[in-house]
Amino acid sequence: MSENNNEQPMIICRDVNKWYDDFQALRGISMDVYKQEVVVIFGPSGSGKSTFIRCINRLEEHQEGTIIVDGIELTHDTRNIEKIRMETGMVFQLFNLFPHMTVLENITLAPIRVRKWKKEKAEEVALQLLERVGIPEQAHKYPAALSGGQQQRVAMARALAMQPKIMLFDEPTSALDPEMIKEVLDVMIELAESGMTMLVVTHEMGFAKRVADRMFFFDEGLVVESGTPDQIFTDPQEERTVLFLSQIL
Amino acid sequence: MSVSNKTISPPKPPGPIEWVRKNLFNSWFNAILTIVSLVIIYFLLKALIQWVLFFADWSPVAKFPLLFMVGQYDRNELWRIGLSASIFSVLMGISWGVWKGLIQGFALTLGGLLAVVALVPYPLDFLTIEVRLLLLMNVGLILLGYWFGRATKPRSNYVAIAWVVAALIIVVLLLGLGNNRFIPHVPTTVWGGLMVTLLLAVGGIVFSFPIGVLLAFGRRSSLPVVKVFSTVFIETIRGVPLITILFMFSLILTVFLPSGSRFDRLLRALIGITIFSAAYMAENIRGGLQAIPPGQVEAAKAVGMNSLQINLLIILPQALRLVIPAIVGQFISLFKDTTLVIILGINELLGIGRSVINSSPEFVQLQLEVYAFIALLFWIISYAMSYSARQLEIAMGVGER
Repeated sequence: MSENNNEQPMIICRDVNKWYDDFQALRGISMDVYKQEVVVIFGPSGSGKSTFIRCINRLEEHQEGTIIVDGIELTHDTRNIEKIRMETGMVFQLFNLFPHMTVLENITLAPIRVRKWKKEKAEEVALQLLERVGIPEQAHKYPAALSGGQQQRVAMARALAMQPKIMLFDEPTSALDPEMIKEVLDVMIELAESGMTMLVVTHEMGFAKRVADRMFFFDEGLVVESGTPDQIFTDPQEERTVLFLSQIL
Repeated sequence: MSVSNKTISPPKPPGPIEWVRKNLFNSWFNAILTIVSLVIIYFLLKALIQWVLFFADWSPVAKFPLLFMVGQYDRNELWRIGLSASIFSVLMGISWGVWKGLIQGFALTLGGLLAVVALVPYPLDFLTIEVRLLLLMNVGLILLGYWFGRATKPRSNYVAIAWVVAALIIVVLLLGLGNNRFIPHVPTTVWGGLMVTLLLAVGGIVFSFPIGVLLAFGRRSSLPVVKVFSTVFIETIRGVPLITILFMFSLILTVFLPSGSRFDRLLRALIGITIFSAAYMAENIRGGLQAIPPGQVEAAKAVGMNSLQINLLIILPQALRLVIPAIVGQFISLFKDTTLVIILGINELLGIGRSVINSSPEFVQLQLEVYAFIALLFWIISYAMSYSARQLEIAMGVGER
């Protein structure tokens, strides 16, 4: 589905290996993500999907292989790491909002401190983003006063405030009550349709069907199978994929 | 069957008679306990009040009120202490106006204490009209500062700078400058009493806090040199009693400094107290740092913040809020530990008390009164610290968010 095949991919991963002590968490992962593409990663717990997505912005360190994000290679150079982090927003399973700051302060913190924007500009952008995720009236509350779904939408606004080129989602709906999952997915769908490049670890197959360009099935640190949602859902090639899909669908 | 949508109001709290019956006389055993306790409390209180009002002889305290407050500070230069206190009051008020709830507890407690002392409805020799007016003036200055802070809304950076400048001014004011005609030098050897106790406590708190923060981060640092230094410093200091540190400091400094150079005794004591307190502070704060979930750091990293920003803006504010109770406890014990500087020959509050007792045979009989007075002062200030800190916790919403 990648229409821009002749362009340089936004994310290039080649033979990425990672170990925790003796345990190999990632085994030779290779993946390209193109501009405006939505890629969904799914698989059983412990399959390395979270580890992989956290390697993209260096929350975890890979030991072998190459990761290039927006033309910048991830090495030990802290400046490169910070540059990549400015270009990639991340949404976590447990939201990780800063509890000692209001919603507005959560969102404006990085634009003011990292992008060096004026406070007024940062707040204007933040309020627009809160409007976009549907909770403008919560701007001056503290995170603890919000529901899980609202917190996750604030977390998305916080990531988007840095105007990233890529958004990483690490199981964004797994910690939510069922009735709140939809409000978060709606925002993600809107984001995908607006042309954001997205790498999403999720088990929400409805979401994948609707907006994913490609899907990767991870198991035991390997990419077992990849393809368009159509291929994965209607014609999976690997037995493990079939088994896993039958369990979650 | 339809579900009832009606809400009912919570049960009413019991009336006073009901409360007493339910809590104090709900069984035979509890009724007996209640009566016995009441009898004991009655006799204790009666004895205490009788002693305070009729039997105790407060003359050692009443005769030398100034000695207890400022030691032998030059009596012609007392205005400098008053001015220092006034500067402090104004800034306290301004900080209250600017930082609101964070300072409110401290400002109100200080103002309330001063007002209560100024308005004691009982003729006391040392509470002359002038002293009462002076105390009330400081209350007024706090309120004036508050009004000023609210009205002009100075930036908090400026207020912080004002505190630093004020601290320098106060030191210069109290110490004086050489053979100056307006503020002649008043050597610290004649300083004493509550003033020195407060100066040591405030100085110890103000300096040990940042050092403690640095040591706490140092001990968690990934740089081996910093980590080892911090750990060794903390563990060494914590392994030694404060009194030993004060002694050693006195001796070591005299050995290492070139002969002839004089290192101020009070400063030596302050340094000793500061490093001692900093080591404990570091461990308290480290406890708070460890309680911050790793997700906070990850979220901050993910938006591109560098480690200095993460530590200062994300981790430290949350960690400090968690450890306020522990830090306040430590400040209170630091405040009381200042009495140990007596071994360096510094006449802080307790030292003054002892010299008053020893100054005449009749006062030796009245030790109890002197110590009771000093204990009361310590208790009032400690409790004020504790109470203010509790207000601070409420303002910061500790335990809520």
